[in-house]
Amino acid sequence: MAEAGSSFLTGSVWLPTDSFAAGAWGIFPIILGSLIVTLGAVAIGAPLGIACAVFLAEIAPPAVRRVLVPSVSALAGVPSVVYGFFALLVVVPWIRGQFGGFGTSVLACWIILSVMILPTIISISTDSMRAVPREYKEGSLAMGATSWQTIRSVLIPAASSGIVTSVILGMGRAIGETMAVLLVAGNSVTIPDSIFAPVSTLTATIALEMGYATGAHQQALFAMGVVLFVFIMILTGLANLASRRRVTF
Amino acid sequence: MAAKRSEMVPMGLLWGAGIATLVILIVILAYILSKGLPLISWHFLTTNPGVRGQTGTGIYSTILATVAVTGVALLVAAPLSVGGAIYLNEYTRENLLRKVIRQAAEILAGIPSIIIGLFGFLFFVIYLLPYTGGWSVLSGGLTLAFMVLPISLRISEEALKAVPGELREGSLGLGATKWQSITTVVLPTALPGIVTGLILGMGRAIGETAAILLTAGGALGVIHSLRDPACPMTLYLYNILTEYNDTTTAYGTAAVLIIAILAVTFVTDWLMNSYTKKLKGL
Repeated sequence: MAEAGSSFLTGSVWLPTDSFAAGAWGIFPIILGSLIVTLGAVAIGAPLGIACAVFLAEIAPPAVRRVLVPSVSALAGVPSVVYGFFALLVVVPWIRGQFGGFGTSVLACWIILSVMILPTIISISTDSMRAVPREYKEGSLAMGATSWQTIRSVLIPAASSGIVTSVILGMGRAIGETMAVLLVAGNSVTIPDSIFAPVSTLTATIALEMGYATGAHQQALFAMGVVLFVFIMILTGLANLASRRRVTF
Repeated sequence: MAAKRSEMVPMGLLWGAGIATLVILIVILAYILSKGLPLISWHFLTTNPGVRGQTGTGIYSTILATVAVTGVALLVAAPLSVGGAIYLNEYTRENLLRKVIRQAAEILAGIPSIIIGLFGFLFFVIYLLPYTGGWSVLSGGLTLAFMVLPISLRISEEALKAVPGELREGSLGLGATKWQSITTVVLPTALPGIVTGLILGMGRAIGETAAILLTAGGALGVIHSLRDPACPMTLYLYNILTEYNDTTTAYGTAAVLIIAILAVTFVTDWLMNSYTKKLKGL
């Protein structure tokens, strides 16, 4: 990518052609798009997922659990293109009707991605909460703490490394998600000025342009894949660090 | 754990989160199935799509393509993952190699499908073009194998790990060789777990789109060989949404996909439950 110059990561004009000399090769808006979409999805999905995990691990009666656990794995199994399909036919028209614009937007990505990362966050968080020794909880309850106090000040801190890991892995899932984002993001290479504006991400741009890209354009898309890969490696490393952290009382 | 009055709000929120998750799943599934199920007919399943995806046609060739790429992926990934799991669990101790392999599988599982697709495109579609035929069932299936492998490897390994050591010792104590105890005692006991891993991998392969988009080619004709380009159901769903704007066929295709995924979920759930019961009974 030497020909593309140092502006590849920081430039904000993306006009790919099949020769490096002719095009403009800035992917900054695309990187930013990936980050905006991912962080928003995690901000919505993580609280819901963690709360659902607490519910599953501590509160849910066995009958509810028997329904909810397979439901979470079904949610994990639904193909991403089906999520995208649902979002395109339900979420996007709703945004268009409520807020105007095209509907394909940052907000549409947030909504559908926050649902798609739920299974990752729920299953790993639930596992880590169930791994907390019973004695901790019993001790807390025996000291007169209520069940909510026990959840808040014993269960969640004791399971925190698993919870953080689950959120980081959910982030990885969101930044790597392609098909659903491709269908609802709008894919315009500009920095979105509101959550109702279209956005483009690394994954969607690769998927969208790979079909017809040749020469320099194709190479630039591979370079974009490398950038995405670097993000994934950083998140994997962080998840590893988080899951190794031991909580002591 | 009965909640006190002052805790009604946080406990209510936790209940709400659990119920919300269930409602989200139900809304998505109910929406697609209610619109898609009425469209599924024998005609829909056995007729080919129109050359340019016209309505009123079926999805036969795309079902065939899904079966073919999934089959290739499983044929490659199954022996590797089961063999790998046997090696890791039965023939090595907890050492560096085992850690490296497990870490590698974990990283592979976390790599986004579009990046696996880029790799498949470079390696199978371009570099191995003379063997795979470029964009083809073979390229798509081999790329998917990389996504199936980490899932089935991890679950097979867990299944083998769950087999009680007494069973191995008993078998060895009766004079069986190591290999005999693996094939006649350990593997049959762990079979439900191993099959669960493979079925989950299959579910992943059936639902994958991004990697397929870059490797399978997307041709709608009926495939005659593994080197033919193909358009599995997921890719077809994407194509009709973006190119033909034919939501009717899209609902039908999405419904078929969802039924396949629900079947995978129920079968694996049932297998895992019976496996846990079986091990408890030992």
